[in-house]
Amino acid sequence: MLEIKNIHKIFNPGTINEKHALNGVSLRLEEGDFATVIGGNGAGKSTMLNAVAGVWGIDSGKIEINGTDVTTLPEHKRAKFIGRVFQDPMMGTAASMNIEENLALAYRRGKPRTLAWGIREKERKMYRELLSALNLGLEHRLTAKVGLLSGGQRQALTLLMATLQQPKILLLDEHTAALDPKTAAKVLEISEKIIGEQHLTAMMVTHNMKDAIVHGNRLIMMNNGKIILDVSGEEKKNLTVEGLLHRFAEISGDELDNDRMLLSK
Amino acid sequence: MADIILGAVALGLLWGVFALGVHLTYRILDIADLTVEGTFTTGGAIAAVLVTSGVNAWLATLISIAGGLVGGFITGILHTKLKIPALLAGILTMTACYSINLRVMGKSNIPLPSMGSKSVDTVFTPVMNLLKNAVGEYDKSASNAWLLDLITSKNFAAMLVGIVFMIVVSMIMYWFFGTELGSAIRATGSNPKMVRAQGINTSIMIIICLMLSNGLVALSGALIGQYQTYSDISMGIGSIVIGLASLIIGEVIIGKKTFKRNLIALPVGAVIYRIIIALVMKAGMNANDLKLFTAITVAICLSLPLIKDFFVKITKGKKRAAVLKAQADNKEV
Ligand SMILES: Nc1ncnc2c1ncn2[C@@H]1O[C@H](COP(=O)(O)OP(=O)(O)O)[C@@H](O)[C@H]1O
Ligand SMILES: [Mg+2]
Repeated sequence: MLEIKNIHKIFNPGTINEKHALNGVSLRLEEGDFATVIGGNGAGKSTMLNAVAGVWGIDSGKIEINGTDVTTLPEHKRAKFIGRVFQDPMMGTAASMNIEENLALAYRRGKPRTLAWGIREKERKMYRELLSALNLGLEHRLTAKVGLLSGGQRQALTLLMATLQQPKILLLDEHTAALDPKTAAKVLEISEKIIGEQHLTAMMVTHNMKDAIVHGNRLIMMNNGKIILDVSGEEKKNLTVEGLLHRFAEISGDELDNDRMLLSK
Repeated sequence: MADIILGAVALGLLWGVFALGVHLTYRILDIADLTVEGTFTTGGAIAAVLVTSGVNAWLATLISIAGGLVGGFITGILHTKLKIPALLAGILTMTACYSINLRVMGKSNIPLPSMGSKSVDTVFTPVMNLLKNAVGEYDKSASNAWLLDLITSKNFAAMLVGIVFMIVVSMIMYWFFGTELGSAIRATGSNPKMVRAQGINTSIMIIICLMLSNGLVALSGALIGQYQTYSDISMGIGSIVIGLASLIIGEVIIGKKTFKRNLIALPVGAVIYRIIIALVMKAGMNANDLKLFTAITVAICLSLPLIKDFFVKITKGKKRAAVLKAQADNKEV
């Protein structure tokens, strides 16, 4: 469960680059909620996810995960609650280390790092099984450097890493945006599968409106650092791309800046 | 000549410990840490002061490591907590080290003579004595006398000590970087953002790695001070460049695919560098020009990938042109 209470974030305050990126965002995700997040460029989607992850401190408001106030916890201390996949496939893995080493790092998320050997034999067996479930042939390449993998393979691996220790919240920030359509669909399918199997609470930012409608049980729309629409249940199931565009124009009094938005049905 | 080469090998192995320290920061953390120029002298200074005041040389050498750990810790704090860029943090500690080292030594040079009334025992003395006893008295005019001379020489003892330290230190590093903590440090050098997302405090990882690196560097300083029979306030000047030269020569010759390979490449690189230096010195190069020579060598080595790329492109271009020309010729036919 995630509770965001009226958070604000201002970048570069007092300069000409001042940006009120989060302007009073409140949101409550119940256990098992899978929310998709849409909005134009610079709406504050990534900023909201970064605020939850603790990349930097927020200026006001409160963030709770499963009842624990994490507002002032540094990023690495919050990590035990949070699994993340970034837009950039380079971002989620250590390129110079191999697949099993990356998985072993993630397997110990939120735990102290000791002088015990970095990877145990029985872990390898588990990794092989989990990797083979991805159907990417990675189970035979445990000792291959991650830098050699394709973007899609790296995102799938990052997804596995983010959920190896079951997170309280899974944050996916346009994690398929850098992939070709076929690979993106595959990674999205894996995401959906893992979220369903582990019954995870998740937020997924996407620029594909159709994906946002099809996946998850909630849909959140952001604009100018605010949540302007939050639909769930039957209402979400009945959403259409046209309907969403219409709602956006209605609420924001603006056209959705759609240079990157995929409006396809 | 044999003794010159042996001396270069011995010195190279002692510098190999330094090169390993540089590897930890330059390759694993991806930081060029200049602290080493200060902590190298610190190691030499501590060892010299302790040895001349009667402390056992092996113990003194081990204690000197602590000086490096402290130096690395300070640079780590400056960099991670006070957010000073790594290069500058290293320069600050290095500069501060100069004053500290002078305080430790009390003067700018402490001789560690192996002979005479003020002679001291270094780490090499017991090894040399052992070899001398083992060989025993021998006829200086015998045909194998040169070999026995060599075996009982200080350089041979220094080589053995260098091999022992290199093996022990390499094994410890191999083990350490295989542990959970060591893996976390390696990942920090590769992708700190991802490491924080895994719940690891990257600042602490950087501090630990800087400490280990400078600990090795101080150990190397202690050994080299004893080898050259004096510790000097300026012995660290230019040391980073020597370390880098060793590291890069090793990588070019042995490769850098795995950590195991690196661990072999570092002492090999350091020894080859020392042999090159010994040879150009023998050929008559002025000792004062040595640092210029080393700097140029390193500059060339660091740009090797670029140079290689350039030539690969040219040859590829030529091949491609040949293929296109052949195709064009065929069409005409
Ligand atoms: N670290 C930062 N420093 C300064 N400005 C930032 C930073 N991160 C985001 N911003 C600004 O905040 C606004 C929201 O950005 P972001 O959350 O990345 O948008 P999006 O909804 O496209 O993910 C943008 O104007 C962006 O330029
Ligand atoms: Mg974004």
